Amino acid sequence: MNTPFIQVVFSILRKDLRTELRSRELVSSMALFTFLSILVFSFALELDREAKQEAVSGVLWVTLVFASILGLNRSLASEREEGNMDAMLIAPVNRIAIYMGKMLGNFIFTVIVGVVLLPVMTVLFNFSMVRPTMILILILGILGLSSIGTLLATMTVQTRSRETLLPIAMLPVVLPVILTVVRATNAILNNQDMMQTLLTIGLVDVLYITLGSFLFEYVTED
Amino acid sequence: MTKSLHILTGITIISVLFGLYLAFGYARTDLEQGDIQRIFYIHMPSFFGAFTAFTGTVIGGVMYLRTRHVKWDSLAVAGVEVGLMLALLNLATGAIWARPIWNTWWTWDPRLTSAAVMALTYLAYLMLRNGIENADKRRLFASVYGIVAITTVILTLMIIRIVPDTIHPAVIGPSPQNAEGVFEATPRVAAALLPNLLIWSTLVPITLMWWRIRLENKSEHVQKLRMELINS
Repeated sequence: MNTPFIQVVFSILRKDLRTELRSRELVSSMALFTFLSILVFSFALELDREAKQEAVSGVLWVTLVFASILGLNRSLASEREEGNMDAMLIAPVNRIAIYMGKMLGNFIFTVIVGVVLLPVMTVLFNFSMVRPTMILILILGILGLSSIGTLLATMTVQTRSRETLLPIAMLPVVLPVILTVVRATNAILNNQDMMQTLLTIGLVDVLYITLGSFLFEYVTED
Repeated sequence: MTKSLHILTGITIISVLFGLYLAFGYARTDLEQGDIQRIFYIHMPSFFGAFTAFTGTVIGGVMYLRTRHVKWDSLAVAGVEVGLMLALLNLATGAIWARPIWNTWWTWDPRLTSAAVMALTYLAYLMLRNGIENADKRRLFASVYGIVAITTVILTLMIIRIVPDTIHPAVIGPSPQNAEGVFEATPRVAAALLPNLLIWSTLVPITLMWWRIRLENKSEHVQKLRMELINS
C-alpha cells in the first residue's frame, strides 16, 4: 500500500476521464440513449399535460438507471478486455481506492447525462426542471446508482451472460433509490418540502457505498 | 445428525398442524371479513419465515467470505431457496385474501410491489449463481449478492413508513390511513397469531434449510465419488 489512497482514486478517475475525452464514446451514447428513451416514453405513454405531471419524474429516473447500466457495462467490460483490471489488481494499492475510482468515473458520466437531460426535459415537457435542488437530487440519486452498480457490474462482467445479467441483478437492488428519488423529484416539481426524502436518499447512499467498499475486494479476487 | 433432523421434522410438522388448528379452529371468524381473514395467520408468518431464511443467506455469505468454508455457502443457497418459497407463499396467500377484501388479486401498492421485487431479487441471485462456471467464483459472488439483496427485504419491511400511501394494513404499530381490510387485534387473535409466527419464522425455515443443506452435501459427495470412479 505505497501509493496514497486519494492519489489512486484520482489516477483511475483521471484515466477514465481522459479515455472519455479522447473517444467520447460513453457519454455520447448514454446521452443519445436517454434522449431516445424520453421521446419514446412520451410517445408510448401519450403524455398529455395531466399525465406528464405524474409520469415525468418516473420517466426521468428509469431512463437514468438504464443509462447508468449502459455506462457501467461498457466501462467495466473494457477494463477486463484490455487487461487493465488485472494490472490494477496486481498493483500494490488499496482495493477500496480502485472501487472509488471506477465508481466516481461512472458517477460523473451519469451526472453529466442527467444535467444535460434537465433542460431538454424542461423544453419537451414544459416543466422548469433546471433548479439547484434538482441538481442536488441528481447527484444524490446517481451516487446511489453508481455505488452499488459498480460493485454488481464488476461481478456480472465476469459471468457467462455478461451484459444481460447486470440489469437483472441491479434493478431490484436500486429500487430504494428509485422510489425515493422519484418522490423527491415529484416534490420539487410540486414545490413541496422534500428534506425527509433527501435524508432517506443520503442514508441509502451511505449504506450502498459502505457495502460496495467492503465487498469489492471479494468480487475482484482470482 | 440425520436422526435429529428427523426428530426436528416431526416437531415441525406437528407444530404446523397445531398452527393450522389455531387458525381454523381456535380463532373466531372475523365479523367484517369472514373466514377469509384466517389466511392472515399464514400470510404474515410466512413473510417472517422468508425473513429468517434470507437472514440465513446473509450469515452464510458473511461467514463464507471470512472462512471460505463451503458449508457456509450451502447455508446461503438453502436460505435463498427456502426464503423464495416462503416469499411466494406470502404473495399467494396475500392475493387470495385481497380478492374478496380489496376486490382484486393484485394492486400496484408499494408494499405489494416491493414484496414482489424482493422475490425477483432472489431469483436474480439464482440466475447469477447459474451464470458462473468456476465454483469458487460462484460461491464468492453469490455470497456478495446475498448480502446486497437483503436491502430489498429491509425495504419491504420499512416501506409502509417511507411511502405511507399504501392500502396494506400494518400489524405492528398503527395502520396507514388508507389501509383497507384492517381488523381488530383482540387477545384471541394474538393468541392464534403468536404461535404461528414463532413456528413459521423459526421451525419451518430451519427444518427446510437443514434438508436443503443435507441435499447439497449429498450431491457434493456423489460428485466426489463420481470423480473417484473416473480416475480409477
